Amino acid sequence: MSVDGSVLEPETNTFAIEEFLAAEEAKDLLRFSTAGSVDDGKSTLIGRLLYDSRNVYEDQVRAVTGKQIGTTRATIDFALLTDGLRAEREQGITIDVAYRYFATQRRKFIIADTPGHEQYTRNMATGASTADLAIILIDARKGILTQSRRHAYIASLLGIRHLVAAVNKMDLVDFSEEVYRTIERDFAALVKQYGNASLTTIPVSALDGDNVVERSTRTPWYSGPSLLEHLEQVPVWTDVALQPFRMAVQRVIRPNQHYRGFAGQIASGTLRTGDTVVALPSGRTSRVSAITTFDGDLAEANAPLSIAFTLEDELDISRGDIIAAPGSQPRQATSLEASLVWFDVNKLETHHPYLLKHGSATVPARVTRVQHRTNIHTLAEEAVHALGMNDVGTVEIELTRPLFFDPYMQNRSTGSFILIDPHTNATLAAGMIRRGLETVQGSAPTHAPALVVFTAASTLPIAEVEHQLLEQGALVVRTAVLVEKTLRALLALGLIVLVEGDVSAQTLAALAEFTTIGAQDFATTEAIVECSLRRLA
Amino acid sequence: MSASTVPEPHLHNSAITPVRLSHLRLLEAESLHIFREVAAEFQKPVMLYSIGKDSSVMLRLAQKAFFPAPIPFPLLHIDTGYKFHEMLTFRDNLARELDLDLRIWRNENAIADGTNPVALGTQRCCALLKTQALLDGLRDGGYDAAFGGARRDEEKSRAKERIFSFRDKAGQWGPKNQRPEVWNLYNARISPGESIRVFPLSNWTELDIWHYILLENIPIVPLYYAKPRRMIVRGDALVPVEQAFVKSLPGEEQWVNSRLRSLGCSPCTGAIRSDADTIPKIIAELVGFRTSERANRVIDHDTDGSMEIKKREGYF
Repeated sequence: MSVDGSVLEPETNTFAIEEFLAAEEAKDLLRFSTAGSVDDGKSTLIGRLLYDSRNVYEDQVRAVTGKQIGTTRATIDFALLTDGLRAEREQGITIDVAYRYFATQRRKFIIADTPGHEQYTRNMATGASTADLAIILIDARKGILTQSRRHAYIASLLGIRHLVAAVNKMDLVDFSEEVYRTIERDFAALVKQYGNASLTTIPVSALDGDNVVERSTRTPWYSGPSLLEHLEQVPVWTDVALQPFRMAVQRVIRPNQHYRGFAGQIASGTLRTGDTVVALPSGRTSRVSAITTFDGDLAEANAPLSIAFTLEDELDISRGDIIAAPGSQPRQATSLEASLVWFDVNKLETHHPYLLKHGSATVPARVTRVQHRTNIHTLAEEAVHALGMNDVGTVEIELTRPLFFDPYMQNRSTGSFILIDPHTNATLAAGMIRRGLETVQGSAPTHAPALVVFTAASTLPIAEVEHQLLEQGALVVRTAVLVEKTLRALLALGLIVLVEGDVSAQTLAALAEFTTIGAQDFATTEAIVECSLRRLA
Repeated sequence: MSASTVPEPHLHNSAITPVRLSHLRLLEAESLHIFREVAAEFQKPVMLYSIGKDSSVMLRLAQKAFFPAPIPFPLLHIDTGYKFHEMLTFRDNLARELDLDLRIWRNENAIADGTNPVALGTQRCCALLKTQALLDGLRDGGYDAAFGGARRDEEKSRAKERIFSFRDKAGQWGPKNQRPEVWNLYNARISPGESIRVFPLSNWTELDIWHYILLENIPIVPLYYAKPRRMIVRGDALVPVEQAFVKSLPGEEQWVNSRLRSLGCSPCTGAIRSDADTIPKIIAELVGFRTSERANRVIDHDTDGSMEIKKREGYF
């Protein structure tokens, strides 16, 4: 082709599919839940988020365009993009958990969109149970309502680490900084009461799009990220892969006499070929001979992958058993203290036979006592004998055989359960284990050994971490010696070893049987202290 | 799956780096967990196999879930009699190659009566050949759990579907009667006669499906790839020339470079004009696409919310 000819050709914007696919493959996943009341504009916010980030198809937009009556502002009703069932279209409210999917250049997102009105607390808990982040809608005109408190409380109860307060309808309060700052301050105080989730507050107008995808020029006093920017940036790497190994056996795979594989989804930690593991309840140990997958054997696998592996010895293992790291085993108890979110229309009845499903095990259980119900508006603990639908409370549960668990706040997978009614088959409640009430194996040590590495990249003060750990009664030692032998000796004593300097990768690999924590992975001293201490044996 | 763990960019010491898994690895892990739970907790599961791309992915995930053992349940294809020939050929070859326990169910009475969408309308035709056949096929096999390839991103009423979707004795779905689903703890208990539909692909999007097919090299029906095909061109719609009762007007029949975006029955599945003859090209087309995939399925246009009506009656 001549030079002239190529100049005349229109500029082709060739779609670089290889680049696109490479970028796709690098995307991780953020699951978040949204909660808001009927009038908070939650559906509008989600619709806006999808529309402005170009995640809505043309036919879907056509289907909801022009249906809005009597307004000059918007011809697209964003709420209709997300409202699903006919019943709710008629009622104008969202009545169940709806899942939405969208992606940006950086991330894939799964939204669990949950209703905000009182009788559906269970849906909120459902959405929150798998979420890494929760968005709580607050109407700028109304301020913090009881619903907002309830959402924040349930999100904290379900162990969500990142909360976002989206202060909506800022356009209706003339983008008043004063209104926003009051809500921001009050909500921060509230969230602090509920636990240690991080809170980000953002002023938005879902209807007009301010600070939803693009930063608004109408909030010059706000310098933080837009909602989408925050969703793209919030760290979701969980430290679940760094926790001690746990896997509930779902199924024993036995195609022939030569292969006996234990299949399950890793609840926490990492499994490597050659690792010694313990099978519970038998307590017998063996070494991993192979991690087998359809795509070939793996040298190692991390939570939350679904795997199958074989052992060197023939152990009697079946569905419901738990495979764990022998140096850091889950706790064991036949009696539990747990938080419950009650789902069913029938009230909890103490001493009635229920089924408790935990991991892949289903165990007959009875609630022996309701300690209290938590009033989710005031946080007051109320003395009651039973929990009803949408109640949250703390109960004591007795099991017919021992359960191997971790407290929920340490491990969402081995600390959670559901209660099932054996007669109606209804899912009665979601449960979060707080502690065992009578440990079968005597008193557990306060913490497991751990290596905490403060490299040059770490900004947190090592002295402060040491101080806080000592205050909490931990066995701590601080060292700048980077030699494997020394570190191993200290760890073998059961100490938390704070090491200053760049420990080589070989040394870390050699110490792989111990919990290793990188200080630079943590934002606050408290977080690292909590993480070091949570590895209880 | 290849090359799908992504290191955190700001961490330099690999030994203490929390491993970040790609979204496809996470979706795969979730699906495998679902397959294993159902196989362990139900007496007689079955996988509904529709021959389409979602079924192809579901089949691969089932192979992975039980590897190195074979899939421990049969596959059931509901054959309306109007499936494309290329689909049936693909189905039969695959079943032979993978040594699958494939069962086929047809509503023979309705087929013998000459049921077709032109004479009866799409809704009634679907009710007989799909929904009725499905319910009969499940009852005949005594299946208590049926895997389906539906995704929540496909259609608005599916956005609320559970992964374990409870069906009463008549096989019907009540939107208000669904069990809360928390964490990955599925309540698999049912009474005799009741059943559960299970959707292991619930959290996958259309793009995820295609990307996984590409990465995993999963075979799919050639109808998904563009080539010149004989079509009835009617306005924007392309109706494949396959069934005699779909009449064309003079000049409507043309050779069109086209492909199918989703597979259904030949009289009711519109094709799209396309040059995408490889999976990367299909993905490129999809990313550029601004209409959702079910928009060219004729069946969904009958009434507003028609999918929800079908679901209540027992269709997926």
